[in-house]
Amino acid sequence: MAHSAPKIASNYGVAAQLGAALGAMLIDTVEAHGEISFTVQRGSIADALQLLCDDHEYQQLMEIAGVDYPDRSERFEVCYHLLSLTKNHRVRVKVSTDEDTPVPTVTHLWPVAGWLEREVYDLYGVLFAGNPDLRRILTDYGFRGHPFRKDFPLTGHVEMRYSEEHKRVIYEPVKLAQDFRSFDFMSPWEGADYVLPGDEKADAEAPSVDKPKTTEKPADTGAGKKTNKAAAERETEGSPAQDDSKVKKPAPKRTKSGTAKKGAGAKKPRTAKAKVSKAGAKKAVPKKAPAKKAAPKKAAKKKDGGKA
Amino acid sequence: MADYLEETLGETDAADPTVGDTEIQNYTINFGPQHPAAHGVLRMVMELDGEIIERIDPHVGLLHRGTEKLIEHKTYLQALPYFDRLDYCSPLAQEYSYVLAIEKLLDLEVPLRAQYLRVLFAELTRICNHMLNIGAHVMDVGAMTPNLWVFEIREDCLNFFERASGARMHSAWFRPGGVHQDVPLKLLTDLADWLDTFPKQFADAMSLVVDNRIFKQRNVDIATVSKDDAVKWGFSGPMIRGAGIAWDLRKSQPYDVYDRMEFDIPVGTKGDCYDRFMVRVEEVYQSARIMRQCLNEMPEGPIASTDRKVVPPKRSEMKQSMEALIHHFKLYTEGFHVPAGEVYVATESPKGEFGVYLVSDGSNKPYRCKIRPTAFSHLQAMDFMCKGHMLPDATAILGAIDVVFGECDR
Repeated sequence: MAHSAPKIASNYGVAAQLGAALGAMLIDTVEAHGEISFTVQRGSIADALQLLCDDHEYQQLMEIAGVDYPDRSERFEVCYHLLSLTKNHRVRVKVSTDEDTPVPTVTHLWPVAGWLEREVYDLYGVLFAGNPDLRRILTDYGFRGHPFRKDFPLTGHVEMRYSEEHKRVIYEPVKLAQDFRSFDFMSPWEGADYVLPGDEKADAEAPSVDKPKTTEKPADTGAGKKTNKAAAERETEGSPAQDDSKVKKPAPKRTKSGTAKKGAGAKKPRTAKAKVSKAGAKKAVPKKAPAKKAAPKKAAKKKDGGKA
Repeated sequence: MADYLEETLGETDAADPTVGDTEIQNYTINFGPQHPAAHGVLRMVMELDGEIIERIDPHVGLLHRGTEKLIEHKTYLQALPYFDRLDYCSPLAQEYSYVLAIEKLLDLEVPLRAQYLRVLFAELTRICNHMLNIGAHVMDVGAMTPNLWVFEIREDCLNFFERASGARMHSAWFRPGGVHQDVPLKLLTDLADWLDTFPKQFADAMSLVVDNRIFKQRNVDIATVSKDDAVKWGFSGPMIRGAGIAWDLRKSQPYDVYDRMEFDIPVGTKGDCYDRFMVRVEEVYQSARIMRQCLNEMPEGPIASTDRKVVPPKRSEMKQSMEALIHHFKLYTEGFHVPAGEVYVATESPKGEFGVYLVSDGSNKPYRCKIRPTAFSHLQAMDFMCKGHMLPDATAILGAIDVVFGECDR
């Protein structure tokens, strides 16, 4: 054994011996990680535990744990952890149940089971037949629902605050200031259950290739109108891409002249634009109209391109 | 005058107890949730007959934070600090069960130095916890001074935690595969010096109470628990040892290097509050004994497993090695995957058996992490332990249980 977790007495032969003793009550025996767990019939859990307690020296009930497996037909598992003080050994006994079927109580064997069963009832909603005091235990007075079920949200359904107007504590539906974020760090190729952005294309139908794509009209090409000549000039002269490609040393010279030219060139169209927009409202109308027409076409083209 | 009249009329209380003002009804009071002797947020609905307790219904869960549910939404490493916040008086003891459970599922070997360090600091945690509980217990029954003295020792313990991990209480220092950081040599030598001085301090404080008449009147023969009851009610730790059963998981089911340690298990003779108190007092000396052995035997070497798929590399290594950088990134985002399976690992925390039932589905997050608190079963026994005792005894009984609600309510 490499790990240094608590060492108990040897499991050798224990599973077979206890399994034989449990007889027809036993459904399944699993021995893994140095621990033995028996799954028994739900109806006979009290008898099984009494047998282990009285005849096989498992004197103490240390824990009752509920587990929720929503995929199973009987979704809840109730795990009883027994400890033998004399044999220095532990076993686990499990039963499974659903929301409506009660599990027989073991409070008559161990009084400690009272609260442990209450806890499983409170957090999972598993019913225990015969428990004399099956109230909620950990959650708030008047709480609704069973919070440890896998389908119960982590944030809960209600939140509580003191209300100044009502002069008492009030409950309200949960309002999250920011969306609840559940970070999933699983590798996408190791069982992530979502589709990565872009991956949906892989499964989508392949575009038909019967009709070859043609670009007869200029609108089909997806290219827009030619840009304003003046603007184009401005761009080519002082564009940063050109500056970057050059060596650093001559840069100051060029920028000097460039900025000078730019300043001169840039001012003209700006003022012209301002004039158009301010004074020449009439002139602006025909200018804008074709631009508007072109815009939806472009958008349509883009969509097509995206699908392909 | 009334007596004279009764006598002349031939009426006595014995013959007719309901006459006049002699009729007494049981009444119900709330003990807590805001009560200095409730050790946190405990509400006990007490049914009293005069000052005699007839029935107690403890209401727990006022500090329920849904820790187990939160853990299901965190990776294994992210879930670790929640354990500090369960029993905030003995943080490292809670982490211990959790890291051992993970290591058991992974079947991960821990280097020897890390095992010694964990035992060393688990015992320091025990001393720290008992200082708080012993102090609180004597204060609950009326003594003031010892509490102040033992708190000084507790302060020393917290300083040691701070020097080892950077945090006084919520250390998050035990990690799957070892511990987070190595301790400086000066810390170990200081610990050794402290182990020579503090027992004297502690003995001084205890000399004020252990033979004190008032302290004994408040504790001896209060809440006597038989061996059978202790077993049936799921007692563990000082509660079961106080009842006379020499059961200690460090001895019977040793983990890490406890099987190399020599120590004695103190047991009570009568199973009353005084026995439980004295068991704790003796455990402090035994813990100091274990710590001395750890310091003497501790070897040099790595302080965490070198399995890079579980334990992240050191920062200095990351600066040099690309592989280390990738491991670090993967471990702190995705975390490590734990093979599917289920384990129940229980360690001897200062308060008793603290268990973790860990169910893994093979992913990087626990499918279910059930925490077995020590106080849950002890507190449930309050009703039968208090029955027939006086109201002020309830505080002594509660003090001797050593209950912390962060752990009980989870």
